[in-house]
Amino acid sequence: MQEFLQQIVNGLTIGSVYSLVALGYTMVYGILKMINFAHGELFMIGGYLGLSLVAAFGLAAAVSSPVLGLIIVFFLVAGLAALIGALVERVAYRPLRRSSRLAPLVSALGASIFLQNAIMLIYGTGYKVYPDNLVPNVTWTLGGVEISLIRLLILGLSLFLMALLYFLVQKTQLGAAIRASALDHDTARLMGIDVDKIVTLVFIIGPALGAAAGIMVGLYYRQINFTMGWAYGLRAFTAAILGGIGNIPGAMVGGLLLGLFESLAAGYISAAWKDAITFFILILILILRPTGLLGERVAEKV
Amino acid sequence: MALLEIHDLHVYYGHVHALKGINLAIEEGEVLTVLGANGAGKSTTLRVISGLIRPRRGQVLFGGQPIDRLPAHQIVELGISQAPEGRKIFATLTVEENLNLGAYTRRRDAAGMAQGKEMIFHLFPRLKERRRQLAGTLSGGEQQMLSIGRALMAKPRLLLLDEPSLGLAPLLVRDIFRTIREINAQGVTTLLVEQNARVALKIAHRALVLETGHIALGGTAAQLLSDERVRKAYLGEK
Repeated sequence: MQEFLQQIVNGLTIGSVYSLVALGYTMVYGILKMINFAHGELFMIGGYLGLSLVAAFGLAAAVSSPVLGLIIVFFLVAGLAALIGALVERVAYRPLRRSSRLAPLVSALGASIFLQNAIMLIYGTGYKVYPDNLVPNVTWTLGGVEISLIRLLILGLSLFLMALLYFLVQKTQLGAAIRASALDHDTARLMGIDVDKIVTLVFIIGPALGAAAGIMVGLYYRQINFTMGWAYGLRAFTAAILGGIGNIPGAMVGGLLLGLFESLAAGYISAAWKDAITFFILILILILRPTGLLGERVAEKV
Repeated sequence: MALLEIHDLHVYYGHVHALKGINLAIEEGEVLTVLGANGAGKSTTLRVISGLIRPRRGQVLFGGQPIDRLPAHQIVELGISQAPEGRKIFATLTVEENLNLGAYTRRRDAAGMAQGKEMIFHLFPRLKERRRQLAGTLSGGEQQMLSIGRALMAKPRLLLLDEPSLGLAPLLVRDIFRTIREINAQGVTTLLVEQNARVALKIAHRALVLETGHIALGGTAAQLLSDERVRKAYLGEK
């Protein structure tokens, strides 16, 4: 039982990171019906920018208030990633909005390669390492289950950001405009919504969340590499599909579930086989529910 | 000066010449109906006015100002809103969210929005009962009410209605058209596109007949009702 609960905690931690990244895929798909293959790179860039800012602020030397420092780093990195995300949309996707569906896909792959190489050229090909004293190495034991501070922080911050996004999308007029634009661009325009602005907004929110996840991975595993956008991006994309691509709560649920599958498979069956097992479960779910867990729940009546 | 003027409007879909030099004018306060068969160019005309399609040639003036190059969202802001063909309600949003989006250009005016909603609920009490329901669960008639109500939420000076009778039972059509007349009586100039000439001519002041991209006939509603060709082609008389 203890072992099981421990795997649940581990799974939720990494799963919440997948969820944050998955939201970027699902929101862009929701509004443009396009897979933004460059999204994983924004997550990776978040990790690198976080590292640079940590170094620049001298947080490694444990400044007076590391908590405040980390908050500033998160905000700055999210802002920079949002800027890059919006720029990618403007330069690589918007000019192709009215072309075939294949053209933006190729452009997205191009943007992905471009960003990956840019980081490689700036930071080099090797692993970069986050300092180990940013988050105090504190661990609590609760009924035999070990919960470290960093896990708690990741899970807490992720859930907070997701709750914030959920509130924005479901409860505000701007959120209704995002949902309306995702359903039907032309009719949204007839409401007076500037759909281009909404698209830009989506390309700001997604990368900001993804980049925050990138810092979390840096703080958690401490090692980052310029290729990690691909590995995490693939899992987050999978999580978005699992939850029902285009569906925001679906991406949240999908990420957490994927993290749990991985963690339980690694703990109970075999760490080496965890990806095979995880994707096997995923294929099963998609055979039974091709639209994903929360996709297309509402029947449209005409 | 007319509220809306269209001069020599040409629209192409690829190589298809969809509108071949349309001219029309809508006077403040009137109901103008545009009749015509499927594919005559009625919806295209409305889509041009709303800014969803750019014309190849010609001009659209609203209150004397050219609007044919403006983005759609700015045209709504100027005071033209549309209930599009097929209703196009946002099915996975609630009735109330749909109405609120209709007032998107007035979103900072909370009091005005609440007042507008009260007016819509007065016109269509069914929508008030169902305000928390998802719009996709409404019946066809209720969806049409929602679509018109949503367009009215923008407080338009010119209301564009694209086939509000489409797919509705005759009794419902009568209700909807009675409400359109009521809306017009409150001072909203209305451009009504319809295939159902009989009901449209009943509430319109003037009418035009569109045939394959050009205007074939025009006049007061009474004139068109007594026109031989209209009676044969659009009112189903022999």
